[in-house]
Amino acid sequence: MYSFDIQRPTSVADAVAALGTDEAQPLGGGQTLIPTLKQRLASPSVLVSLSGIAEMKGVCTMDDGKLSVGGGTTHATVAAQAGSFPGLASLAGNIGDPAVRNRGTIGGSLANNDPSACYPAAALGSGATIVTNSREIAADDYFQGMFATALDEGEIVTEVRFPVPEKSAYAKFEQPASRFALVGVFVAKFADGVRVAVTGASEDGVFRWSEAEAALSSNFSADAVPAAPSGDGMISDLHGTGAYRAHLVGVMTKRAVQAAS
Amino acid sequence: MPKDHGIGASPKRREDVRFLTGAGNYTDDINVHGQAYVHFLRSDMAHGKINSIDTSAAEGMPGVVKIFTGADFEGVGGIPCGWQVTDKHGEPMQEPAHPVLAQGKVRHVGDPYAAVVADSLEEARNAAEAIVADIDELDPVVDMGKALEDGATKVHDDLNNNLCYDWQFGTDTETTDKAFAEAAHVTTLELVNQRLVANPMEPRVAVGDYSRANDEHTLYTTSQNPHVIRLLMGAFVLGIPEHKLRVVAPDVGGGFGTKIFHYAEEAFCTFAAKACNRPVKWTSSRSEAFMSDAHGRDHVTTIELALDKDNNFLAVRTDTKANMGAYLSTFASSVPTWLHGTLMAGNYKTPAVQVNVKAVFTTTVPVDAYRGAGRPEATFQLERVIDKAARELNVDPIALRRQNFVTQFPYATPVAVEYDTGDYDATMNKMEELMDIPGFAARRAASEASGKLRGLGINCFIEACGIAPSNLVGQLGARAGLYDAATVRVNATGSISVMVGAHSHGQGHETVFPQVVAEMLGIDESMVEIVHGDTSKIPFGMGTYGSRSLAVCGSAMVRATEKIINKAKKIAGHLLEASESDIELKDGQFSVAGTDKSVAWGDVTLAAYVPHNYPLEDIEPGLEETAFYDPANFTYPAGAYACEVEVDPDTGKVTIEKFVSADDFGNVVNPMIVEGQVHGGIAQGIGQALLENCAYDENGQLLSASYMDYAMPRADDLPHMDNYMVDHSCQTPCTHNPLGVKGCGEAGAIGSPPTVVNAVIDALHSGGHTHVSHIDMPVSPSRVWSAINGQ
Repeated sequence: MYSFDIQRPTSVADAVAALGTDEAQPLGGGQTLIPTLKQRLASPSVLVSLSGIAEMKGVCTMDDGKLSVGGGTTHATVAAQAGSFPGLASLAGNIGDPAVRNRGTIGGSLANNDPSACYPAAALGSGATIVTNSREIAADDYFQGMFATALDEGEIVTEVRFPVPEKSAYAKFEQPASRFALVGVFVAKFADGVRVAVTGASEDGVFRWSEAEAALSSNFSADAVPAAPSGDGMISDLHGTGAYRAHLVGVMTKRAVQAAS
Repeated sequence: MPKDHGIGASPKRREDVRFLTGAGNYTDDINVHGQAYVHFLRSDMAHGKINSIDTSAAEGMPGVVKIFTGADFEGVGGIPCGWQVTDKHGEPMQEPAHPVLAQGKVRHVGDPYAAVVADSLEEARNAAEAIVADIDELDPVVDMGKALEDGATKVHDDLNNNLCYDWQFGTDTETTDKAFAEAAHVTTLELVNQRLVANPMEPRVAVGDYSRANDEHTLYTTSQNPHVIRLLMGAFVLGIPEHKLRVVAPDVGGGFGTKIFHYAEEAFCTFAAKACNRPVKWTSSRSEAFMSDAHGRDHVTTIELALDKDNNFLAVRTDTKANMGAYLSTFASSVPTWLHGTLMAGNYKTPAVQVNVKAVFTTTVPVDAYRGAGRPEATFQLERVIDKAARELNVDPIALRRQNFVTQFPYATPVAVEYDTGDYDATMNKMEELMDIPGFAARRAASEASGKLRGLGINCFIEACGIAPSNLVGQLGARAGLYDAATVRVNATGSISVMVGAHSHGQGHETVFPQVVAEMLGIDESMVEIVHGDTSKIPFGMGTYGSRSLAVCGSAMVRATEKIINKAKKIAGHLLEASESDIELKDGQFSVAGTDKSVAWGDVTLAAYVPHNYPLEDIEPGLEETAFYDPANFTYPAGAYACEVEVDPDTGKVTIEKFVSADDFGNVVNPMIVEGQVHGGIAQGIGQALLENCAYDENGQLLSASYMDYAMPRADDLPHMDNYMVDHSCQTPCTHNPLGVKGCGEAGAIGSPPTVVNAVIDALHSGGHTHVSHIDMPVSPSRVWSAINGQ
């Protein structure tokens, strides 16, 4: 990697200030950024590590019943402490391997918005609110395509607030090599309807499958899942065609509905 | 009661103590005082014409010692190929030059065309970015069929075309055609044996060192065969005589074939150390490994099987295109020919077998031997076409195989080799017993009840190991002998160092070889130490590959130990005042037959080195013997494998529920290590069957260039150990080596891929998907789903 300076602020305010300099880049758990640096594919002059900011860590239930997860919280912590939202805890507990789960953070994952990452499906599928140092962003507005989000330059995901569904589950079909989601579907049943979010499949990144949401809102059963969506616009690569991924969207949605608890 | 020491016992691997506690000494652990680091500039295009390489800006960068391009290697030899194949017209293969750094053209993604030596690796990388290379992109040559078309873009402009050789072997065409013409049934199958990346855990490393004081070179390198590297690099590339070149291969973290070969980076570091008058080190990154380690397999084949009305095999005919990549790696030319064609008879007494192979140059990474090397490709074709034939003829695949087994030994095949011994029915019986074939129907029903399809796959294999008789391989084009050597050095107090030519990089030689010597002498194994991997310490050695270490080098070690025993008996006879012919050696004691007079092993060895009471007039002091051993034949391990898979028809995902291997390795020295070798080999074969795929796009770009896209087998891809049964109780000892051993290192990787694919096809047929006659490996979820759905 190229040489860089590193700063380790202990508060969000200090982190934001540090990110105000040219070419500074925030460093969460480093699960994407560190390999990128090692490949010399990025050359920030300053890395601002967010891992020393205590106010960005931890899981708690808010007064309105939502589950609050600090942006710097690792996947392993979410897996262990998000018991009130088992669909989310289970998803977090199956990201990557133990090394990834003990380093990687929810804020880092959502800021990166890898089209095959798991967390975007949970955030979009449960209608979460992405809280940053400057504003609150609804998940429906946050995800803007592959590796694209509503975040501005230097803006930090400090917290994610999840409405806790009555039932939920995440069904992931793993890409054989990376074990990222070839297709992952998050299904969440709320009193006022069902949300279905799909990761891994679309060239536009995570998306809501509205036909399935409508069908499942009136009948929350695997049998109600509609025919698989079209393969147009789905990712086609070494590991599967767009048609295959589209088919898996249907299969994984059914499995998520069956597994929902 | 299993033995607790010597041949047949399973002591734990003594080398694991250092490997598992971080005390190993791998090449990257070796740092020579004052060393510099090299970074290679590698082509990012598949094919290009080098117009110019401007290093002027880079030369002034901080830390730069020296920058090299292909021009620095003009007049230096190229990387040689060790096997001359003669084509079916009697002409030698087309053999392109392979410069250390590219000259004129780059020919694959990863082809090195410049190198920066600097004080640190980061400085070398910084300077490399300042080199301006003017390279015109040329048309890539990726598809083998298109590469052979008239007028195709040539990988090597000075060759006639992209055809390395057109080889034909075995039964003549007239006889073969007649057999097919008279056949009652012919089964034909087109298949791909996909390209693989070996992926040893330790990437390649080379450290070149040069001593100006005495003009001596040392190369530390991740090699399976340091003497072979010394020979090839010293004689053919750099012109350094053996006595001025030491090659050290210390602890090596896995090879699987890809560390047999002599690589440009080794020659570069040796050359540059002298040119810079500084040690030069290169450590491959994993990304570099994907585009510079020789790949494996990559055959495209049509195979035909002719049967008579009673389902007896009449003839096998194959037509294969084998990808050589851009250059000929060390043994590349021998893999699709002599390591593949000679195995096409399999376990069967088919009277006519004809093998046709076209080897093709493409703008891809060179392809060479990878665990099994030619034999997995042969087995896959043959066992897939037999399975297809059984399905077409509606006969039991086990019965069809049994009916055609070779049962009389020795057996001369139509493809040049003679099987010395074997019992294929015995391994099939053992496999059937362990697999519980009668219980399969119930297991299938249980799978179907949960929405899954269950399939049973059967496979047999034979391989030629113990590579190889030198006179035979010499006739076949090898440019080296394939014997091995060992020196047994008995020290004054009776401890023993055994210097062996075989190199251990996961095989466990340091544990197994002492078991043999200790058993022969009747002493404790802890008194015996194995020395390997350093041309300055061992007599000679052709290295480790082709499941040859125990069969060939172990035999040399036995011969040397026999010489030790003969000499020790002379000394003991002197000490006991008896005739040497009356001396018996048992449990480390030399005794006079029929008396209670004896001397201990240590008394004899001390006498040899402190010869105060010693027959100096008859024999020399000291106790050290060397033997070279050249095998009389290959060895022929064989086995019967089976597996059960479950297929999820909704996703196409295949899971292996149970795997059974019944192997005949002849005698077994350490059962635990043999079982470990087979477990690992099967895991690698399952990796090929289900997961691994080295893919290029039409532009010659490597699609699977990291673990994000190249799927390696992991523990959860394999069946639970209770259902992962490896058996080697069927033992027909090799008839021509002193230990009666055959070799076990490659068997699992040879026998398992067709077993898995046969099982998947069986599962799909049970679910009514009878239109699926074959799925190319890797049998990935998407491919299975596409096959089921005709997409």
